[in-house]
Amino acid sequence: MPKNSKAISCKNVWKLYGSNPSKYLASKNFNPTIKDLKESQYIPAVFNASIDVYEGEILVIMGLSGSGKSSLVRCMTRLIEPTSGEIYFEGSDLLKATDKELIEIRRHKMGMVFQNFALMPHRNVLDNIAFPLEVQGISREKREKRALEIIDLVGLQGRSKYYPRELSGGQQQRVGLARSLAVEPNIWFLDEPFSALDPLIRKEMQNEFIRLQNLLNKTIVFITHDFDEAIRLADRIAIMYEGKIVQIGSAEELITNPSNDYVAEFTKDIPRAKLLSVGSIMKTTKKLKESTLKVNKSDKISSVAPKIISSNSVATVVDDNGDVCGELTKDQIIEILFSDKENHE
Amino acid sequence: MNNIIFERFKNYWFIYPFILLWIIKPFLPEWGVVPPKSCLGGCGTIEGMIPFVQWVNNLIDILRNYEIFGFFTFREFTRSIANLIDIPLDFTEALLYKGFNTIPLGPMPWVMILGLVIILGLYLRGVNLAILGGACVMYLAIFSLRGIWTLSMKTLAAIAVSVPLAVIIGILLGILGAKFKIAERLLNPLLNILQSLPHFSYLILVAIFCGVGAKAGVIATVIFAFPPMTRLTILGLKELSSEIIEAGRMNGCNKWQMLFKVELPGARSSLMLGINQVIMQCLAMVVIASFIGQPGLGHDLLARLQNLRLGQAFEIGVAVVFIAITLDRYSQALVLKEPKRKIEGVFWKRNPYLFSALIIVVFSIILSLLTAAAIQLPKEYTISISGYLDWGIKFITTSLFVPLGIFRDFLLVYFFMPTKAMFQSMPWVAVIVLVGCAGWKLGKFKLAMTVMFFIFLIAASGYWVRAMITLYMVSVAMIISVGFGVPVAIWASRKKSTTKLILNICDTFQTFPSFIYLLPAVMLFQISDVSAIFAIVVYASIPITRYTIFGLRNVPSQIIEAAKMSGCSESQILWKVRMPLAFPEILLGINQTLMFALFMVMIAGFIGTVDLSQEIFRALSFNDGGKGLVIGLCVSLIGLTADRLLVEWSNIKKKEFGLIK
Repeated sequence: MPKNSKAISCKNVWKLYGSNPSKYLASKNFNPTIKDLKESQYIPAVFNASIDVYEGEILVIMGLSGSGKSSLVRCMTRLIEPTSGEIYFEGSDLLKATDKELIEIRRHKMGMVFQNFALMPHRNVLDNIAFPLEVQGISREKREKRALEIIDLVGLQGRSKYYPRELSGGQQQRVGLARSLAVEPNIWFLDEPFSALDPLIRKEMQNEFIRLQNLLNKTIVFITHDFDEAIRLADRIAIMYEGKIVQIGSAEELITNPSNDYVAEFTKDIPRAKLLSVGSIMKTTKKLKESTLKVNKSDKISSVAPKIISSNSVATVVDDNGDVCGELTKDQIIEILFSDKENHE
Repeated sequence: MNNIIFERFKNYWFIYPFILLWIIKPFLPEWGVVPPKSCLGGCGTIEGMIPFVQWVNNLIDILRNYEIFGFFTFREFTRSIANLIDIPLDFTEALLYKGFNTIPLGPMPWVMILGLVIILGLYLRGVNLAILGGACVMYLAIFSLRGIWTLSMKTLAAIAVSVPLAVIIGILLGILGAKFKIAERLLNPLLNILQSLPHFSYLILVAIFCGVGAKAGVIATVIFAFPPMTRLTILGLKELSSEIIEAGRMNGCNKWQMLFKVELPGARSSLMLGINQVIMQCLAMVVIASFIGQPGLGHDLLARLQNLRLGQAFEIGVAVVFIAITLDRYSQALVLKEPKRKIEGVFWKRNPYLFSALIIVVFSIILSLLTAAAIQLPKEYTISISGYLDWGIKFITTSLFVPLGIFRDFLLVYFFMPTKAMFQSMPWVAVIVLVGCAGWKLGKFKLAMTVMFFIFLIAASGYWVRAMITLYMVSVAMIISVGFGVPVAIWASRKKSTTKLILNICDTFQTFPSFIYLLPAVMLFQISDVSAIFAIVVYASIPITRYTIFGLRNVPSQIIEAAKMSGCSESQILWKVRMPLAFPEILLGINQTLMFALFMVMIAGFIGTVDLSQEIFRALSFNDGGKGLVIGLCVSLIGLTADRLLVEWSNIKKKEFGLIK
C-alpha cells in the first residue's frame, strides 16, 4: 500500500445528466438513491465517487463500458464539469480553478493519452509531439529539440516527418504517449490507451508502458476494461459499476475479498495461482508442526506449487523474519490450480 | 383478406379529405376554390389576401429614401459597401485582361496561364488533371475568334473575387453557427430560404441596393454561393471527434488556439469540400449575374441565346462547361490532397512545383516581351466553328422537325395539358387540407401546422394560380425524372463499373451551369412547355439517379448474402431487399429532385412559361423588388413544404429500419 502524499483527491464527485442536475442534487441533499435518479430521469455517469491517487502509484480504473470510468477521469481533468463534489490537485480545488488557471495546469502538469490516439491528422509526428509545447509559445527550435528527445524515448526514431495516417496503430499510440509526455506532466492520464490495438500489439505496448514508467516514475491514472491489463500494470485497482466506485484495492484483495457479487463475477476467471500469495490461503491452526519444507508468506502460489506438490508433505509458512505463521497443504494448492467456477460463487 | 384491404385503405386516409373536397368543388363557395384577390391572368402588382408585395415595397422605399442612419440612407450604406468590391475586382481584372494603369505591367500572358494551370494540375493530382487544365486553357485560347478568351478572363476575374469573399463569409458564419446555439438557430432558416429562393428574386434587391455592373454581379454571386460553405463549416466543426477536441484542451489550448490549431485544421476536408461547392455555385451564377450587368461569358451567352444564335451560344456554353469541369476537378483534387512528407535539400528540391512555377512566370514574361503572340494568341490562329454548328443545328431541326413536332404535340395534348388542367382545378382549400393531413400523418400537430402555414402564405400572397402552374411543371418533370432516373440507377448499381460510369456522368452534368440545359431544349423543341420540362428533366434526373444508386449500393452486404442464402433470385433480391431498404434514400433523392426542378423551372421562365417564373422575369424588368421577393418566397415555400414532408418520411423509414436512432 503506497503511503505517499496524495497527487489528486476526489471527494463525493457527482456527474448527472438530465435537466438542471445541480439543483436536483441539492434538493436531494446530495444523497439521492439510484431509484430516485431513475424516477426523475437522471442518468448518473459518476455516482458519489471518492478516491485518492497517491504520488508515484499506478491507479487503474476498471469497469465495463458505460460504468462511468471515462466520465470520472474527465471530471478529474475537468474535460467535463462535475455536477458537484471536490477535486483536490496540489492542494487546491480544481473545480474552483478559472479557465486561465486550468489552461496553465493542463499546459504544465497534466498529460493525457486517448483510446483512439486523437492525433492531429494535419501535423506530422514531430509537430504532433511538439504541439503542447507550441501552444505554450515555446520557440520552434526548443520545442523540436524536446520533441526529438521524446521520439527517441518512445522508439520512433526516423519517423519524425511521417504523418499519422502513414503509421500503424501501435506507432500512432506511441506518438500519443510521446505527446502527453512532452511537457513532463506530474500526473499522467491514460484513457484505455491500448484498447484499440490488436492483442499482440497490446502486449507489446504494455511492456513499453512498463519500461517508460520504470524510467519516469509518474503518478498514473489508467483506464481499462481489460482485467488482465489491470493486473499487469496496477498498483491499485478501482472497480466501477453504474457510476459508483464499488471497490478499491490491490488485485489480490479484489480476488480474495470481493466487496460484492459484481466484483466477484468480474474476477472469477482470473488465474489465481499467479496472483494469490501463500499468506492469503494458508491455514493458521494453533498447533503448528514445523516441516522441512518452508515457503515465504509473500510468495505467489504458482511459484511454490511445484515444490509442495512433488514433496507430498505439508509446507510451513514463514514471514519475512523467519517466524512460523501458518501451513499450506497440497490439497489447498490443487484446489486453487484446478478451481472451477462453482467453487468461488 | 378484407381486413388487409381495409388496412391498406386506412394507411392512405390522408388523401380522402382532399379527394372529397375536390369532388364537391362545385358546391364550395368561391373563396374556397381560388384564393380571393388572386392574380388570374397577366398580373401587375396585385394585392392578395395579405398585401405582402406592398409591405416589402414600402420597406424598400424606407430603406432607399429615408436617412435611417441619421446622415445617410440604408441604400447609400449598402452602395458604399458595394463600392469596396471594386478594389479587389480592379486588381483581378487588371491581372487577367486589362493590364495595370499605374505600373507598366500588362495582363497575364496566355502562355503563363497555360503553364501555371498545368503545374497546378501536376501538383494537385498528376498528369491527367494537368491535361484537363491545359486542354481547357487551349480551348479558350483557340476558339477565341469571337473573343472567348477575354470573356473568360472577365468571368474569371469576377469569380476570383467572389470565391474568396464567399468562402470567408461562409467560414465566419459557420464558426459562429458551430460555437453558438443561438447563431445556429438564426442561421438555419436563413440558409434554408437563401438556398431555395430563386436567384432572380434577390437579383432585383441587389440591383436596388448595390447598383448594377460587375460589382453587383459579385455581390449576387456571393449571396448565392456562401450558404454551402457555412453549412459545411458547421458540419465539419461539429463532426470533429471529441477526442481530438479533448486532446487540444488537455494540451492547454486557449479558445483561439483551439480554433486555429485544432478545429479548423481538423475540419480541413469539410472546408475544402465547401470551397469546391462555392466555386461551383459561383459558376452557376455566371449567366444569372449577367442579368444585372456582370460582363463575361454569361452575358454573351445570354445575348446569343436571345437572338437564337445557337451555334455561337453553344461555343460559349462549351467554354463555361469546360471552365466549370476544370475548376471542379481541381478543387476536388484539393479536397483529397493530403499533406506530404517534405524532402530535405535545396530550395528547388524541397519545392519543385513552386520553383517550376517561378520559372514559368519569368520565362513567359521574357517571351511576351519578345513576341505579342505570347500575350494573347493572334487572331489568325483562332477559330470558330459556330457556322458549322448553326448549319448542323439547322439540319437536325429541319430533318427532325416533323417527328419532334409530333412528339411534342402528342406530349402537350395527351399528357401535359390534362395534367395542367388537373392541377388548376384543385381547390386551394383541398390542397391545404392534403398537406395538413400528410403533415399530421408524418409528424402530428407541429408538422401539420407548419406545412399548412407555408401553403397558406402562398395562397395569401395572391399568386396561387401561377404557383399551381409551377407545381404542375415541376410535378410532370419529377414524374419523368424519377421514371427515368430510378431504372438507370437500378441498372447502374448492379456492377461497380457501371456505377462508376453513371456517377461520373452525374458529376459532370451537375457541374454544367444551369442555363446550358436550355440550349438543347430550345434547339429540339423551340419555345414551349415541352422544352422547359425537357430542360428540367435533364437537370433534375441527376439527384434521383445519384441517391438511388447510393441507397441500393449501401444495403449491407450481409443482408444481401442472407437473401441469397434464402434462395432469392436476382430480381427478388432487388425488389424484396434492396429497393425497400433503399427507399429512405430514394425519398431524399426525390426531395433533391424537387429542389433541382424548382431551381430549373425558374430559369426556364427565360424561354417563356406562364408560371411564377414569368412573373419574376416581369418583376426583374420593372425593377419591382417586392414582387420579385414575394414570388421568390412562394417558390421557396413550395420547396420547404415538400422538404419538411419528405425528409420526415425518410427519417421515419430510417428509424423503422434501425438505420438512425
